[in-house]
Amino acid sequence: MNKNLLAKTILIIAVLIIFLFGILGIPSSFTGKGLLAAVQQRIHLGLDLKGGTHLILQVQVNDAINADSDRAIERLKEDLKKANIPFAEISKPDPQNRPELIAIKGVPPEQSSDLRRIISDKYPEFDLVSGAQNTWSLTMKTTVADDTRKKAVQQAIETIRNRIDQLGVSEPVIQEHGLGDYQILVQLPGVDDPARVKEIMQSTALLEIRQVIGGPFPSEQAAMQSSGGVLPPDAVLMKGVSGVHGQDQANEGDVYWLVSRSSAVSGSDLRSADAGHDENGRADVNFTLTGDGGRRFAAFTGSHVGEKLGVVLDNRVKSVATIQEQIHDQGRITGSFTEQETQDLALTLRSGALPASIKYLQEVTVGPSLGADSIREGVRAAVIGMVVVMVFMLFYYKAAGINADLALFLNLVILVGFLGYSGAVLTLPGIAGVILTVGMGVDSNVLIFERIREEVRHGKTPSSAVDQGFAHAWTTILDTHVTTIVSAVILFLFGTGPVRGFAVTLSVGLLANLFTAVFVSRVIFEAVLNRHTRGEALSI
Amino acid sequence: MELFRNTNIDFLGKKWYFLAFSLIFSVAGIWSMLFWHHIPWGVEFRGGTLVYVKFAQTPDLDQIRHALDAAGLHDPKIQRFGPTSDNEVLVDLGLQETSEAALDQGKNTIIRALEPQAATGKQDLNNTGAAGLQAYLMQKDPMHLGTDAEQRYTQLAHQMDDFRNQQRGGILNSIDDLRGIAPPEVLSTLQQDFFTSNFVVRNVEIVGPQVGKQLTKQALYATLYSLGGMLVYLWFRFELIYGVGAVVACLHDTIITVGFFSLLDKEISLTVIAAILTLIGYSMNDTIVVFDRIRENLKLMRREPLADIVNKSINQTLSRTILTSGLTFLTVLSLYIFGGEVLRNFSLALVIGILIGTYSSIAVAAPMLVAYQDWRAKKAGQATVERLTAQRSKATSNNKVKVKA
Repeated sequence: MNKNLLAKTILIIAVLIIFLFGILGIPSSFTGKGLLAAVQQRIHLGLDLKGGTHLILQVQVNDAINADSDRAIERLKEDLKKANIPFAEISKPDPQNRPELIAIKGVPPEQSSDLRRIISDKYPEFDLVSGAQNTWSLTMKTTVADDTRKKAVQQAIETIRNRIDQLGVSEPVIQEHGLGDYQILVQLPGVDDPARVKEIMQSTALLEIRQVIGGPFPSEQAAMQSSGGVLPPDAVLMKGVSGVHGQDQANEGDVYWLVSRSSAVSGSDLRSADAGHDENGRADVNFTLTGDGGRRFAAFTGSHVGEKLGVVLDNRVKSVATIQEQIHDQGRITGSFTEQETQDLALTLRSGALPASIKYLQEVTVGPSLGADSIREGVRAAVIGMVVVMVFMLFYYKAAGINADLALFLNLVILVGFLGYSGAVLTLPGIAGVILTVGMGVDSNVLIFERIREEVRHGKTPSSAVDQGFAHAWTTILDTHVTTIVSAVILFLFGTGPVRGFAVTLSVGLLANLFTAVFVSRVIFEAVLNRHTRGEALSI
Repeated sequence: MELFRNTNIDFLGKKWYFLAFSLIFSVAGIWSMLFWHHIPWGVEFRGGTLVYVKFAQTPDLDQIRHALDAAGLHDPKIQRFGPTSDNEVLVDLGLQETSEAALDQGKNTIIRALEPQAATGKQDLNNTGAAGLQAYLMQKDPMHLGTDAEQRYTQLAHQMDDFRNQQRGGILNSIDDLRGIAPPEVLSTLQQDFFTSNFVVRNVEIVGPQVGKQLTKQALYATLYSLGGMLVYLWFRFELIYGVGAVVACLHDTIITVGFFSLLDKEISLTVIAAILTLIGYSMNDTIVVFDRIRENLKLMRREPLADIVNKSINQTLSRTILTSGLTFLTVLSLYIFGGEVLRNFSLALVIGILIGTYSSIAVAAPMLVAYQDWRAKKAGQATVERLTAQRSKATSNNKVKVKA
């Protein structure tokens, strides 16, 4: 038995050292300050303890589908013209709710087979269905639409991550959130000005270059009047700045432009962008397009020389220029920008554009002073709770109380060490979970000790009483721990941030308790009994 | 030292008192949930804007209400938060100020309304974080550092921020408070562009309507799955009736705890839901310990009536039950008293939950077992009595023959 005991003791000490390392790493010094600094480095604090911003945003995925179907309409018009198939109108009857549905009107029935051929050859991602009175419905396939939506969310996450990286936030969390509603969770520790972050993330969400059909108009009515009182089917009314490229702008009054519905090139065609200065020393932004984007831009500018194009940012016309000549893949945006604005603009363009706009659903900001207070109060409560329990155990169970206290201490070391190793964040409810582990952990010891007392009362020898105590209590301990861990796991699955922190500390604490209350306590008892003389009573 | 040695309390005999006690609190709670305070859902569930503001001196709630009214916010709930010495106020705007089109509009209006000197064009130093300070210092470069600027100014900004948060509770009374932390040229530059307001925003929670509904559904599912999982687990380990008894006890605990929150009008936030799920686990714990002992004693004491066995089991585990509940209760009480305002509702739920959870194992789960057994026995018992009498009459008629000799 002695050899076994030695092996077990070594195991326990090894566990202690391993998890102490998890908490402290290798501290620079063993003074109070050195140890505190070491702990702060290893243990990651959640937002509610460190301070920071938590945002939940929703990607408006229908924007991405709308962009795809708009482009398809433009291409289809070109293709039908080339194939000499007349048509009256190709448009979307309900772009808001059914962005994937295109209606084609006025194709003569003799050419329906030609239409079908073109669609099946060049538009495989759409389904063609004939309707009443020479109309056809072109619907994006559900798989394709779903795929586009999912990709939009993924691209949004990448783009946001790029932009936030350039802000220099340490350890940001950007990930998909929730169950299938195209939501993204963004957590930025240490950031207490969410307004600036949101500006960076959202303000230049959608970059497009579109053909300017008419304008500038001083009001909506004037714009409508210019095209005969009704909006042309492929045009959209948009607000924007009044200046034409090159002119100084005295005021930023809103004017209206008639802009084409589809874009010549969009943000995804952008390769790079830089802030610079133009010939007059004014701040401007130079941009370069990708090869494919450059080709399309060349085609567009080549066939629209002398006409106007507009740089549209987030559905606002930011800059209008006359196309002097065919432009391939290099362009420049000038306006009355400040240095800061060109920097921000270039930053946004560089990180790629968001494929769809984003809507904010939730915003939580924890100030750093609150975080500091929370840590202080949480740790204080934990220490007081622990001290009360430990003192009580000493009084009530005498020497065996030391046993329980040692097991409790090891339990906490394992729990906090695990947090250090796994990088799991410690939140305020997490600290509460530690406190709860203390209370529930000592439960196991009480179960065992009460049973041992009972056996001693029934006349068993100390060694046999200890055996019986552990044997009988084991099933109950297992049952109680499993049920609480089950509810903690459910909490983890359904909860967010702070609640997850609680679930983690509770589960890990209880698992560690299974080890300390049963194995470690037993070893300590055996060690004590080893030193006992025959017939000596058990101090419990 | 040992309490509870060899107790012999007739718990089951008191079951009518227990039932009355449970009924009173359950009914009061349910009535409040339906008609009085209803269920006071926290902001994550009902949506809305919550801004926690800490002031340098005791805040005047009427003045605040007036300022907000002037800014166009006509129906905010304004209340003190935490101990009075903290000077903290919570401004609660309902869902109408929280549209998804402009989620933080309500918050911005509140901050602007509370800053009387905003019109002078200066920025509020107390509501500028380390990042903002650093950007400003880099731009103005008061120490003329040139290339070394970024590192030095980042460090300085963090030092000023830490000093304010840790030494002054987040609010500086004037820029001069930073003397000793920052060199004089920095301070004079700050004086030109900053002022110090008398408040700092400690915490902001803005929840749009979509997230709220989603979260409510999730919380409900989590609770139901928890209970379901327990039921199945107990069905395996014991018999179905044990599982049902335990689940009924847990439901009882949940209803009474939520009822208490409704009666006291305390908010049920996401962390409170976490506490409720924990106490379900804890109550289950407790019930299992008693059930384990009952099962053990059933094997040992076959001939005794069930009520006696159950009573004895409860008495035997009484010591352990009171002790562990007591110890866990003490740790949670420590959390309630010392753990700070943010965790207060969470720890309240645990405090109530532990008391009720312990009570329910003795007063709800165990009597249910006995009642179920009795009910089954009565149904089966009637058939047994009839068969017995019929047999006896047959037997006596046979005996007539023997008597003759």
